[in-house]
Amino acid sequence: MGIARAMRGDTGGQIMLAVLLAVTIVVPVLSLAVPESSPWHLSTYTVTLLGKYLCYALLAVAVDLVWGYLGILSLGHGAFFALGGYAMGMYLMRQIGDRGVYGDPILPDFMVFLNWKELPWFWHGFDLFWFAALMAILVPGVLAYVFGYLAFRSRVTGVYLSIITQALTYALMLAFFRNEMGFGGNNGLTDFKDLLGFDLQSDSTRAGLFIASAIALALGYVACRTIVTSRLGRVAVAIRDAESRTRFIGYRVERIKVAIFTFSAMLAGVAGALYVPQVGIVNPGEFSPLNSIEMVIWVAVGGRATLYGAVAGALMVNYGKSTFTAVFPDAWLFALGGLFVLVTLFLPRGIAGLLRLRRAG
Amino acid sequence: MSNVDSGAHRGAQILVILSIWLLGLVFSGNLAADSLEDALPKLADRSFAVKQRAVESIAASGNARALDILKALLAGDLYTRDGDPAVVVVRKAGAAMRISDPLTGQDLGEVERAAIKKIQLNNAMRTALRGAIAARTLASPDPALRLKAAREMMGDGSPAATGALSAQLEREQDPAVREAVSLALAVANMRSDRAETRLAAVAGLEGSLQSEARNALVELAGSDPDAAVKAAAAKALSAMDTRLTWNARAETLFFGLSLGSVLVLAAIGLAITFGVMGVINMAHGELIMLGAYTTYLVQQAMPGLIDYSLLVAIPAAFIVSGLFGIAIERTVIRFLYGRPLETLLATFGLSLILQQLVRTTISAQNVAVQNPSWMSGSWQVNPALAITYNRLFILIFALLVFAGLLVILRRTTLGLQVRAVSQNRAMARAMGVRSARVDALTFGLGAGIAGVAGVALSQLTNVGPNMGQAYIIDSFMVVVFGGVGNLWGTLIGGMTLGVANKLMEPWAGAVLAKILVLVFIILFIQKRPRGLFPQRGRAGEG
Amino acid sequence: MRQRDLIKRLVLGSGLALGLSATIQIHAADDTIKVGVLHSLSGTMAISETTLKDTVLMLVDEQNKKGGLLGKKLEAVVVDPASDWPLFAEKARGLLEKDKVAAVFGCWTSVSRKSVLPVFEELNGLLFYPVQYEGEESSKNVFYTGAAPNQQAIPAVDYLMNELGVKRWVLAGTDYVYPRTTNKILEAYLKQKGVSEKDIMINYTPFGHSDWQSIVSDIKKFGSAGKKTAVVSTINGDANVPFYKELGNQGVSAETIPVVAFSVGEEELSGIDTKPLVGHLAAWNYFMSVDTPENAAFIEQWHKFIKDPKRVTNDPMEAHKIGFDLWVKAVEKAGSTDTDKVVKAIVGLETPNLTGGIAKMLPNHHITKPVLIGEIQDDGQFAVVWQTEGTVPGDAWSDYLPGSKDLEGDWTDPINCGNYNTKTKTCLGAQAK
Repeated sequence: MGIARAMRGDTGGQIMLAVLLAVTIVVPVLSLAVPESSPWHLSTYTVTLLGKYLCYALLAVAVDLVWGYLGILSLGHGAFFALGGYAMGMYLMRQIGDRGVYGDPILPDFMVFLNWKELPWFWHGFDLFWFAALMAILVPGVLAYVFGYLAFRSRVTGVYLSIITQALTYALMLAFFRNEMGFGGNNGLTDFKDLLGFDLQSDSTRAGLFIASAIALALGYVACRTIVTSRLGRVAVAIRDAESRTRFIGYRVERIKVAIFTFSAMLAGVAGALYVPQVGIVNPGEFSPLNSIEMVIWVAVGGRATLYGAVAGALMVNYGKSTFTAVFPDAWLFALGGLFVLVTLFLPRGIAGLLRLRRAG
Repeated sequence: MSNVDSGAHRGAQILVILSIWLLGLVFSGNLAADSLEDALPKLADRSFAVKQRAVESIAASGNARALDILKALLAGDLYTRDGDPAVVVVRKAGAAMRISDPLTGQDLGEVERAAIKKIQLNNAMRTALRGAIAARTLASPDPALRLKAAREMMGDGSPAATGALSAQLEREQDPAVREAVSLALAVANMRSDRAETRLAAVAGLEGSLQSEARNALVELAGSDPDAAVKAAAAKALSAMDTRLTWNARAETLFFGLSLGSVLVLAAIGLAITFGVMGVINMAHGELIMLGAYTTYLVQQAMPGLIDYSLLVAIPAAFIVSGLFGIAIERTVIRFLYGRPLETLLATFGLSLILQQLVRTTISAQNVAVQNPSWMSGSWQVNPALAITYNRLFILIFALLVFAGLLVILRRTTLGLQVRAVSQNRAMARAMGVRSARVDALTFGLGAGIAGVAGVALSQLTNVGPNMGQAYIIDSFMVVVFGGVGNLWGTLIGGMTLGVANKLMEPWAGAVLAKILVLVFIILFIQKRPRGLFPQRGRAGEG
Repeated sequence: MRQRDLIKRLVLGSGLALGLSATIQIHAADDTIKVGVLHSLSGTMAISETTLKDTVLMLVDEQNKKGGLLGKKLEAVVVDPASDWPLFAEKARGLLEKDKVAAVFGCWTSVSRKSVLPVFEELNGLLFYPVQYEGEESSKNVFYTGAAPNQQAIPAVDYLMNELGVKRWVLAGTDYVYPRTTNKILEAYLKQKGVSEKDIMINYTPFGHSDWQSIVSDIKKFGSAGKKTAVVSTINGDANVPFYKELGNQGVSAETIPVVAFSVGEEELSGIDTKPLVGHLAAWNYFMSVDTPENAAFIEQWHKFIKDPKRVTNDPMEAHKIGFDLWVKAVEKAGSTDTDKVVKAIVGLETPNLTGGIAKMLPNHHITKPVLIGEIQDDGQFAVVWQTEGTVPGDAWSDYLPGSKDLEGDWTDPINCGNYNTKTKTCLGAQAK
């Protein structure tokens, strides 16, 4: 079977998928079935936090696919993530209906108080879940396709490519900050009520979203694994290591790059779409270039070119961030910054490298 | 509801009163209710309305000391002592304050700063004071003061002011002041009842760029009852607008170059560390920040000498940031050569640490960096075009830094070695270049230049823990747009982006202009994948 | 081999640290009442928000010296949402669910408040929000101790119009919801007062905008048309320094074109060389320079707590003090920290503010405030040049916006609704269901 072949020889990935499966079963049970008085009960705080981490992990897998296996250091993957998030956010906004503070059946609150008279054209259709879900994948995909097509055809590589991906997300951030754009400006989209008729504030919806994120991560992981173990994946690695040589052998390097880049962007869009209902807000800050740099750092901490390493890195850095900001609110940047420096100096292959080292020793 | 009276109106009133007094139509200060002696203590009143009346009384008193008192008040030299309503003049004498009597000039000894309280002003009072001082100085022996006074009186169409101006025109000898006075008079005469006076006034405005003159012309061109005056005004207006358009273009160009010079300054250190050494230095912004904080600390250390502080701060910032740079290179970056993407990770971590370091050691708040007096104000090229000194100096400074760096790289041994190591490390080592030392010095040089840029930026914007973040992305854009590894590219790239931004800003708005510039960079890189000035040879293969 | 040992130790060490920190969190004493502090200590907003964190810590400290609350000690739980808006929601949930805090003092930007609002409503927590904001909100779970637009913007414009005779208006702001809404309200208000469209110039800039050359030059041109011009600035914190510097250098003085700002206070001025700013105005509900015994005591307390006699006090700090006092009184009145009881008890409670008046909690969860207009002095302080006779009640829903002029917030029986339409006598939105 395809999955079995894709996962063969990927011990780390097998362990990760097994843990993910266990967590997907255990977390909802502990959250929903165990009474609150029990020490084993998981609070909604923990469930949403874990759900958020899973979305980040999926995003990290998407980044690692292009960086680890194709050699494209994208400093703009946050843009695809945010676009997926906005598509979902727009659906959730439309679901509020007349429950907004002004009771307007069509217009979201921010449009009412900024005196908009009617819904802008690009908001139409987002009242349908299938349309929004499609857009969450398509919009990042199309953007990545166009951007990749232009850039790879012109043979923009290395740092030049990294910096223009950064320019892309930066330009989008500034654009979404503009209130005239009709995406809620700096405040973004918030105050969501329900998703597909399920109340977003109920514990079971949260558990459901958590399970959905876990499934998305598992599927995304297996899909990426399938790509990297296929012939396409081997050519990708060849491109990463010697682009010109691969081109001279006769491969259409641009097409392969565009295809994988677009797929990765769609994956990021899915992660964003799952992220937004769990954190309850999407705003232009998600486009911030610093966020995109952070994503690269998750992958680097986890271990570049090992997909399970990307997952581990995303989980670890974010767990660290959550804990440090609560425990040492005044000094957590020292801890996080120090972690990055130490990892680069002492763990050049990231956590995955550490695990491999252990097994060897 | 309020305790302040209408400022602008009151200011005009005072001008009228003073002008009348000046013309000798009033022979004593009887017009005002209070004498100077009576009015003086009222300056210390809590109510601004009472203070305002006191200023009027003083101005109208005709006392020889009145002008000095008003000037001292405007300069913030008038105080009261604790528990004593009498107003005193205070001059700084070392740590202590020397006080004297405003009426007699008699010395009253020294006091502690804490024992005196400054008399506070508001806008209405300041306007009144300036008006009063201007009207009195129109007859001053100093031509510079007369010039200032004439300019201040422009647009004040009251008959008294017109009278004062024409009287001054009769006896004025200085050509510059004459021009200003006649221009002010022409503007005033454009509101005359007689058509020929207005016509003559319009003719007299030829070549002028004053906004007051333009406002008057707009009025005449729109609604003058006399057809000849109307036509003349319309013609003068369109000629004036053409000149104004050219001035506006010159202004936009300067704004663009100035923005460009800021970008160049911020990016040029990165052009060394990133462009020449290939280190993706995310801590570059924080090195700029360290330079700005050094300026702050230098100013704290030499409080009385703000005007010279920048001269000390520039080398100090170079050394501080340079040493930080060398330390970073020796402890972290030297282990990462040949792995440029990992330098991104490590330097990003360092940037977080540096930010937090400043937050914990100095303060999470912004700090106040003062502007030396020679960096404040603007050079008035003509009435429609002013070039601010700080921007002008920073533009020149950016070019000097660029030239200096070029000389270092092209003409010194270090520069030769830097170029050798960046082109072929192994070969350079084989030729006897101590590459480790060269790396440390190069990184230190790039970091030091970033620190120097911080000194310049501290004169323009906030100095706080986050200031580096504001420049890091723009800096990378400039270096990449110009072409990695090419200093000229950074200069031309930065200036181009600055001018492009400012050209678009008037019609697109600040945000859209910036977005368009970014889109332009993205598209430009498609056309020229290695930037404006690509590096030649194998070193260019990434 | 050696490197591996080092790594092992590193991993072990960090694991130990994490474990320890977790246990510290669990072992919080039960006989305390916890107060959450949700202010950014890092990132872009740290400049403003760290001071507020210290203010709350000072207030908690002071209350404990007075013997605590309901016989229990107060304990502040500080977290860092790092100027990251989704993180605000996450931290708010953590404070309410894990730490079980009785009340939270926090947020600065509108977006952070919007981000945490659903969390506070879901978990029925209490948030005291201390910053002036755009209005258009009234939640059962939030107490707005900063100014609503009618407590800051409108009186300031009245002052400029009536006292300075301003005829031409520049509304300059950072492009986000507070300036947008405030300018919408002001535009409607000015037009109602007979100001024509061409005498109003509206300009928006991005956050942290640092190159003001063109805009200041435009303002100068706009202001040279022969009518008295003023700038109403809703420019956000960081962008102000370069803005004022550019104004000063281009020769725009307070006498020619005064700027009245709604986001520039003592704290912001302490980061600026104020010489070129002298005479420009700000509208607030508190100034450090106000001469009352309450204020003198507060400043002294602050200096003692922060151990730096140079630190300034500002309007949001006063708002936190008022909010804290009102909360303490409400808890004492209710005899419990239970949210519903506190919400019931707090409406109508009064506490002295620092400017010699009384702050009263209104049914719409806003408070009464005096409006003060101050002129910047060269020592970084404001001289009050005008103030309202009494206090102005905060209006959650602006009367000058078409969507909200019929709305009203009232959290007392029988209405109990944050957005009650007084015309149709119905409660709008989610609460209607």
